[in-house]
Amino acid sequence: MNIQNMILTLQKHWSEQGCILMQAYDTEKGAGTMSPYTFLRAIGPEPWNVAYVEPSRRPADGRYGDNPNRLYQHHQFQVIMKPSPDNIQELYLESLKALGIDPLQHDIRFVEDNWENPSLGCAGLGWEVWLDGMEITQFTYFQQVGGLECKPVSVEITYGIERLASYIQDKENVFDLEWTDGFTVRDIFGQPEYEHSKYTFETSDVDMLFNLFNVYEKEAHRQMDEGLVHPAYDYVLKCSHTFNLLDARGAISVTERTGYIGRCRTLARKVAKTFYEEREKLGFPILKQKEEQSND
Amino acid sequence: MTKKDLLLEIGLEEMPARFVTNSMNQLSDKVQAWLLEKNISFENIQAYSSPRRLAVVVEGLNETQEDIHEEAKGPAKKIALNDEGNWTKAAIGFCRGQGVSTDDIYFKEINGVEYVHVNKFIKGQETKALLPELQQIISALTFPKNMKWADKELRFVRPIKWIIALFGNEVIPFEITEVKTANETRGHRFLGKNIEINEAKDYVKALLGQYVIVDAAERKEAIRSQLSRIEEDQNWVIPIDEDLLEEVTNLVEYPTALYGRFEEEYLDLPDEVLITSMKEHQRYFPVKSQEGALLPYFVTVRNGGHEHLDTVARGNEKVLRARLSDADFFYKEDQKTEINTSLKKLEKIVYHEEIGTLAEKVGRVRSLTNKLSGLLALNSEDKAAADRAAEISKFDLVSNMVYEFPELQGFMGEKYALQKGEEEAVAKAINEHYMPRNAEDGTPSSIPGAVLSIAEKMDTIASCFAIGIIPSGSQDPYALRRQAAGIVQILLDQEWEVSLEDLIRAAVSLTAEANINKKDKQEIEEEMISFFKLRIKYSLQEKQIRYDLIDAVLGHHLDSIPSLVKRAEVLNQEKDAEGFKGNVEALSRIINISSKAEVVGEINTALFENDHEQQLYEKFLSVKENLEKASSEKDAYTLLISLKPEIDDYFEHTMVMADNQAIKENRLSFMAHLANMIKSFANMNQILVK
Repeated sequence: MNIQNMILTLQKHWSEQGCILMQAYDTEKGAGTMSPYTFLRAIGPEPWNVAYVEPSRRPADGRYGDNPNRLYQHHQFQVIMKPSPDNIQELYLESLKALGIDPLQHDIRFVEDNWENPSLGCAGLGWEVWLDGMEITQFTYFQQVGGLECKPVSVEITYGIERLASYIQDKENVFDLEWTDGFTVRDIFGQPEYEHSKYTFETSDVDMLFNLFNVYEKEAHRQMDEGLVHPAYDYVLKCSHTFNLLDARGAISVTERTGYIGRCRTLARKVAKTFYEEREKLGFPILKQKEEQSND
Repeated sequence: MTKKDLLLEIGLEEMPARFVTNSMNQLSDKVQAWLLEKNISFENIQAYSSPRRLAVVVEGLNETQEDIHEEAKGPAKKIALNDEGNWTKAAIGFCRGQGVSTDDIYFKEINGVEYVHVNKFIKGQETKALLPELQQIISALTFPKNMKWADKELRFVRPIKWIIALFGNEVIPFEITEVKTANETRGHRFLGKNIEINEAKDYVKALLGQYVIVDAAERKEAIRSQLSRIEEDQNWVIPIDEDLLEEVTNLVEYPTALYGRFEEEYLDLPDEVLITSMKEHQRYFPVKSQEGALLPYFVTVRNGGHEHLDTVARGNEKVLRARLSDADFFYKEDQKTEINTSLKKLEKIVYHEEIGTLAEKVGRVRSLTNKLSGLLALNSEDKAAADRAAEISKFDLVSNMVYEFPELQGFMGEKYALQKGEEEAVAKAINEHYMPRNAEDGTPSSIPGAVLSIAEKMDTIASCFAIGIIPSGSQDPYALRRQAAGIVQILLDQEWEVSLEDLIRAAVSLTAEANINKKDKQEIEEEMISFFKLRIKYSLQEKQIRYDLIDAVLGHHLDSIPSLVKRAEVLNQEKDAEGFKGNVEALSRIINISSKAEVVGEINTALFENDHEQQLYEKFLSVKENLEKASSEKDAYTLLISLKPEIDDYFEHTMVMADNQAIKENRLSFMAHLANMIKSFANMNQILVK
């Protein structure tokens, strides 16, 4: 099965489980969790079920397109369900079957893996799912987001698309993966992988990046003070990506690192709180709507 | 009385493997404690677990609680009866409270006073009616990490999926997080089905039919025997790491061991790297030849049966290949980095905000290493090796490999140092300075390694104590207790007679120079000394040495540790010997009376009044001289107790606290000199003799 069909299959599966199919969010980010469709929507009492593909940028993992296992940008298929359904593990295992992975022919295990992202004030408990020893999915019950306790709890399922595809297509090199008939990952992402790696490690303007971090940070705070959560959050994401670029370049010393992570965390906490307050002002409309529907 | 069996099973989403065994035992302990508290007798209790379930089976549970007969004491007779001899309100109230009538009252005397008593009888309730309390037992289970799910309030290890509470063949009704008890369990996630359990005794067998070995011990043995089967078939050796076996046991419900291989070229990687990649990341068992060399194979334990093992093996091989190729890349990259470049990086790594950078720590460790080398009068070769090893002891911490596999610190340092042309002794010391790495690990085998290890650990302890990080109760985030125990063990293994107090003072001077100390130097030293004394005390207790003997040898200065331990051992051997009591009493007498000495001056023999004083004095001089030449602690002990006859004679004929001030002071000074000599062996007066 090529990647395109994998994505279509997962979309169909989760759409049938009542997930809204979203598109990737258009600001650079390191993981699907950082999309506002996850980070912000996991906050507060409103139900929320979505699935989307998220291109995720990890500047430090860039290898000029040379390494068979590492990418500057990989793809995650992200599912968020709030509150977490009772049969979520079974729903997930059915999605693997839909991808042609018959659990009876493999060794599938749920191995403890607790997820923490201190720079976003996030923590969750769950597993990494192993398929014949390979970690193909992160499975997390969010306990805290942006420093706020999750109530109700969302479950997040993150499939590593290239990982899973390399298993399904039995390829050793990520660049040989078939995206769709006649197109491999190399065809589509080979050049950007090289260029982004070169940019990240060699040509980026460090002074400009430091400067941008400060500018973005200031703008994020300013917009939050206006109660404009989404524009503010875009700048939080930009701060985070800029920090990742600087870090990958080795421009941030260990001592400074703690300081920058602290600044990101402050932003994340503030944006989480602002989002909650703004939804509360609106009367948590999705919750209200759901309650009305169930009363009908 | 009729009996029935009880089955309690909590079905869960996969628990963390490391919590399973403790949680199982906790459930069993809590059920047992509850049965005892409720006076419900039973014949046997057995605990079961798998990644998805915690269970107990109680056999032969009585259908009713035991009846309770007990005597209750009420008010005193004079309060219970009024002047007319009628029951007072106090007596009537007491009886009402006990559920009996005043006719049941009888009197019993306690300490000469008569009190109202009644015999109470409480009829045992039906067990069945009490069993819903199991709900509270389950809710009260605690785990190292808890979570919430969906919109439930309960915090638990993982979401609860089903509960069986079966007494005889009846379901005991209760619910937790909207999960109602039933008699249905779930089999293996893929191979099994949901099935009903009719009674507790069917439980284990019924689950086995659904591909779940629910007896954890049996599951572990199954894995063990499958591993040895593979060993035999392939003529391999598969060393069993018990922690790994325990973890794997709790990762699967139906284990099947299988093996896979990897490319031989990866055998060029250091063994530790291969083993860590396999064990830590993949939970594989590495495979060795009969000669003990790693082979390009691994064994994994699948959660399932024998079908499609090839597919499973192939998948696992692919994962390991990717990991080893990563490790190979890091290994090659690291080899390109010069040691000096790495050392420069240490200047930017903060060890602890209040203690400073890693480079600064290395500087102190190096000074302390040289100080210790000097105290031990090491030869110039060992001294140079220890110094260089100290200087570069942490350079591998900034390598790619240690970043990926932190547990390889030291191992990689040794490898890389050798590749960079460092001497073997230096490289080895870098590795060994982390030893003992855990309770099972040995101490460094080389002298430079042992010196560096002591210096590094002592600096860690001193700098932590300097900023107030002192272990207390379960709080010991920097594992300082383990490090102190490590220092003690190294000194013992090397039989180094160096004074531990001197070492402590040297370490605290260095942290003082570095402006780390937040308290007075002396206070830090004293805290460290009592911390070490406690470590030594535990280590002596493990040697089964009587506690008062331990206190006696720890009562004085903390100098040579090997000597201290030997003194404790000598006392422990001698404690049952004939005359021990008398010897200890004689020596204690000296120590006890010496405490009255206000100033200790020279002994003036001209002030002696009787021969016994002179005799004891001469004996003292000869013992003192011989002690310096004594070749063992046993000899030293024999010398000390040889003082007994002279001591006894002395006290029989001499009044230490004489009226004449000069004579008294002289005698007390004499006693103090004697006491110091005795105390340097042990505080004999702390030994208990009957």
